[in-house]
Amino acid sequence: MTMTVHVDIVSAENEIFSGLAEMVFAPAELGEVGIAPRHAPLITKLLPGEVRVKVSDTETLEYHVSGGILEVQPHLVTVLADTAIRAADIDEASALEAKAKAEEMLSDKSGKIDFAKAQAELAQAMSQLRTLNRLRKRGR
Amino acid sequence: MAVGKEIRTQIASIKNTQKITRAMEMVAASKMRKTKDRMQATRPYSKKISQIIRHLAHANPEYKHPFLLARKVKRVGVIIITSDRGLCGGLNSNLFRTVLKDLAAWEKDNIEVDICTIGTKGSSFFAAINASIVAQIGKLGDTPHLNDIVGIIKVMLDSYTNGTIDELYVVSNEFVNTMTQKPVIEKLIPVVANELENDAEDHFGNKHWDYLYEPDAKDVLDTLLTRYIESIVYQGVVENNACEQSARMVAMKSASDNAGNIIDELQLVYNKARQAAITQEISEIVAGAAAV
Repeated sequence: MTMTVHVDIVSAENEIFSGLAEMVFAPAELGEVGIAPRHAPLITKLLPGEVRVKVSDTETLEYHVSGGILEVQPHLVTVLADTAIRAADIDEASALEAKAKAEEMLSDKSGKIDFAKAQAELAQAMSQLRTLNRLRKRGR
Repeated sequence: MAVGKEIRTQIASIKNTQKITRAMEMVAASKMRKTKDRMQATRPYSKKISQIIRHLAHANPEYKHPFLLARKVKRVGVIIITSDRGLCGGLNSNLFRTVLKDLAAWEKDNIEVDICTIGTKGSSFFAAINASIVAQIGKLGDTPHLNDIVGIIKVMLDSYTNGTIDELYVVSNEFVNTMTQKPVIEKLIPVVANELENDAEDHFGNKHWDYLYEPDAKDVLDTLLTRYIESIVYQGVVENNACEQSARMVAMKSASDNAGNIIDELQLVYNKARQAAITQEISEIVAGAAAV
């Protein structure tokens, strides 16, 4: 019987593959790697590309990953796939956007009425009314 | 006969409200199922990645990442996950209460707090109490994607790296079951290895071994820890979504039931009024006939 290794491919949003394989090929940052069973422990980053899982001599499954991390234990291969293309500048841009949104929100405090805030005030007023009603009933 | 016209209109208007709340209840119920599935789907990734982090804690990396080291706390960052919309019972208010308690404790210790909010309810609440919000995002919708929250997490991680904040927390609702949601606060950085160690399937013991890092430990650990934190926050977002829908379902159900009770009461009042009017009319006719 050929040796097999357990392979898990997961992304943050769902599980992609889980099962036994004879060999796994992945696009590591320093070049494509092929992982056979009982490989030494290894952690490496993945580049966007194909992860191929050789289930048997006749069957090879292919999955596209847009980067991620590959972890290898002697009997376990884990691919943590990214769900989207990640690059430092894209991350930076969305970080700036989140910051800008916060500043924008804090700056236009005086302008238009914030719906959620208005609702919070309404809820407060309602609870005050309720208390008043209760007191009035008791007074009667 | 114009008896109880006001009561009739009132009953009609409450019936309309009941229709709306019942519709919302059903929408929330079907959305809850989907959000619960999504919550389940994120589990394998976070389980795997925390396993790897645990392996790392057992291995002996020659490089100590700053996210793993505790330092003296002068300022903390908090990521607060709330819903975008209201009408979900006490879900957000319970969360705010928990946060405010922690904020008060930190204030006592002279620790400043930077807040970053996910969800519009949180943004407006903490803006109203003049907390320092450094980043915010809202309107993620029913299918939040990891991409949407990457930016906001980077803001916090950057401010940890450059020393602005010394600890990072995340606050969100934990989905206990459909009826119960529990606000929880969790420490993200420094990543505590001890908490991760209770794992039965860890068969490596205390043997000294380490990974091969490609290209190098710093690079890999950087990415890995960032992904780890992202996955925890993402899971919080997805879980909070499930909480929101189930809380809304329960709130809307009790609203519909309440409307039903009020309608019953009003119906009774209306019937009595009508009966009284009829009786009075008959007695007037009888009295009139007797007088003739």
